[in-house]
Amino acid sequence: MAKRETPMIDELRKGPYPSFVNEMYKLQGRKPMVQDLLGQLEDSYEQRIGHWKHGGIVGVMGYGGGVIGRYSDLSDKYPNVAHFHTMRINQPAGWFYTSQALRTLADIWERHGSGLTNMHGSTGDIVFLGTTTAELEPTFAELTAAGFDLGGSGSCMRTPSACVGPARCEWACYDTLKLCYNLTQEFQDELHRPMFPYKFKFKCAGCPNDCVASIARADMSIIGTWKDAIQIDQAEVEKYAKAGLDIEGAVVAKCPSQCISYNGKLTIDDGECVHCMHCLNVMPKALRPGRERGATLLLGSKAPIMEGALLSSVIVPFINIDDPEEYEQFKELVRRIWEFWDENGKNRERVGELIQRIGMPTFLDAVGLDPEPEMISAPRDNPYIFFQPEGEEA
Amino acid sequence: MAEAPAKRITDIGPPHFEKFLPPIVKKNYGKWKYHEILKPGVMVHTAESGDKLYTVRAASPRLIAVDTIRMFADLADKYCGGHLRFTSRNNVEFLLTDPSKIDALVADLAKEGFPIGGLGAQISNIVHTQGWVHCHSAATDASGVVKSVMDALMPYFKGEKRLPAKTRVALACCLNMCGAVHCSDIAILGVHTRPPKVKNDVLKKLCEVPTTVAACPTGAIRPANVDGFESVTVEEQLCMYCANCYTVCPAMPLNNPDTDGLSIWVGGKVSNARSEPRFSKLAIPFLPNNPPRWPEVVQAVTNIIEVYAANARNFERIGDWIERIGWPRFFKLTGIQFTRYHIDDFKHAGWTFKRSAHIKFDQD
Repeated sequence: MAKRETPMIDELRKGPYPSFVNEMYKLQGRKPMVQDLLGQLEDSYEQRIGHWKHGGIVGVMGYGGGVIGRYSDLSDKYPNVAHFHTMRINQPAGWFYTSQALRTLADIWERHGSGLTNMHGSTGDIVFLGTTTAELEPTFAELTAAGFDLGGSGSCMRTPSACVGPARCEWACYDTLKLCYNLTQEFQDELHRPMFPYKFKFKCAGCPNDCVASIARADMSIIGTWKDAIQIDQAEVEKYAKAGLDIEGAVVAKCPSQCISYNGKLTIDDGECVHCMHCLNVMPKALRPGRERGATLLLGSKAPIMEGALLSSVIVPFINIDDPEEYEQFKELVRRIWEFWDENGKNRERVGELIQRIGMPTFLDAVGLDPEPEMISAPRDNPYIFFQPEGEEA
Repeated sequence: MAEAPAKRITDIGPPHFEKFLPPIVKKNYGKWKYHEILKPGVMVHTAESGDKLYTVRAASPRLIAVDTIRMFADLADKYCGGHLRFTSRNNVEFLLTDPSKIDALVADLAKEGFPIGGLGAQISNIVHTQGWVHCHSAATDASGVVKSVMDALMPYFKGEKRLPAKTRVALACCLNMCGAVHCSDIAILGVHTRPPKVKNDVLKKLCEVPTTVAACPTGAIRPANVDGFESVTVEEQLCMYCANCYTVCPAMPLNNPDTDGLSIWVGGKVSNARSEPRFSKLAIPFLPNNPPRWPEVVQAVTNIIEVYAANARNFERIGDWIERIGWPRFFKLTGIQFTRYHIDDFKHAGWTFKRSAHIKFDQD
């Protein structure tokens, strides 16, 4: 078949930013699937509408997720994308790779799919874009033989992800990579076999800068923090000042809790610090997080569908999360949350929405957490209190 | 004779990350002391041991061919002892121990069409979704809009133009927001603007009526017998086109070439630095879907960035800047028209009403 002309998307081969169309062009000579994808995309650009049908149920044996079925509604015109399924492959924590591992993944996808990938998908997975139903099992067999496994899709624990953490960041207040890996391994069944009311995401952020957007994108946001004094190197503070940094204007005046003062020497009233990271971000050589490190747990964030977007909110102001016992305590809390959500959540109701519906106090009672003032930005301002008769539990 | 089936391996999870860490990272794991941005796209982390790890961050379209993955692998072998990583915003980072190799790596990347940048107070890659390349519910393409916008924003990616603080742009091609754009400095969001067109003749065959009814956040969908078919009706004035019904029922399509488009949202953030994380707010309710270059979207985003760069103080994210100057001034400075659509009329709308007499009046 003669190649369809694609002048509209070819326009996107120009310009300084790397072009996804050029990526498709790298493959189209040897991949009929990509040639048809280019053609169908040109149709979409001409007609200003997508040409993919709803996903069907496809997958690998014994798993309920990890594969997104995709079918073209123009399969007569573009038969090579009649099936164009996506496979999600669980990324290594922190997205570190060796060149050898990358070549292995590339070769597997060269043999079994379109050769197009996302490095990475929104949740963190390696995404293999476009293959047929018949290729799913052989791809899976090669992936697992190479030590890789599928990620999550549907109403399951989605693939957990982590920031670069202690591997390359001085601000990591706990080992995000280790926790991410541990959670992923512990909950393999919950990852591969959807049995929840809806999706559940973990994101491990090493500090309040939150480079993995956990507070917006994870049902359970684990954000590193510290409890004791910020470590100050006064000699380095002086070097910043000598190098021209306006410490008064850029650091002191911009501290949200107004707990820093400077008169040739930097003083921090650590009891008033809210751990926003601003001063550390401006003077990374002079300031470091304290030594008593752990994490704040926040729960419930999600995108708008269906009852509106939510940010995660604090359920545990501080936990230590390093040794096996602390891991187990955290996972026990997770299991209690899942159990309550399983029993009370409606179909396609995220845990944050369940809390909105039944009330945070009821949720805290159910999972065995005590109410703490760190959980709120302010107490309620309405008088509609559900009083409980004395001695009675909810 | 048929081959005996190989033992099927399942539930192994991802490879342990330690297998992929460069030796310098293993040695200094958890013992990094500080970092410095040396120039746009290049930073160095110094460990307590004195070891230095140089990171070169390169742009990526996120949608990449295996050929590019192999090219990255070759560069990692040539310059980084075979190690690299990707970021949460889909950029690729090369990790070097020898700073004398940086320039050659950057030159090789440039030859392949992958510029470096996106560190610190710059624009990093636009986190985005699949769009028309792979999604059934997309109200617009994703990769094409992102490419067009990033082409225009390159000076801010490469550090040729200054920004007051880091600026994170994200795109989601429908309200499902797999890109979770709702906490971005600038969010580009694909929107539908008309109710679903119910395919009454096939609905019962494809969908469960109760599930479809329950999918509507506003209760706009009711069970109904239409022309003899067991189906649903949509109370059109209750519909805000979220497409949740279409997600659960293919017989409720909303995609429409003439009425789908894009909206622009501003001022969100996820970082706790200075101010608390917050949602992006509506700046522009609708821009037309205009492939292949989406000039209206490119112009709108560029305009907001330029006005922000010219007016905000150092360290102010877009949301911090708007909070200081107030929304009326934001609309005035950017020239964006304020409309009835900017005033919330969904649940709990009152929280975004002005509930004080604190109003600024221009003195010019």
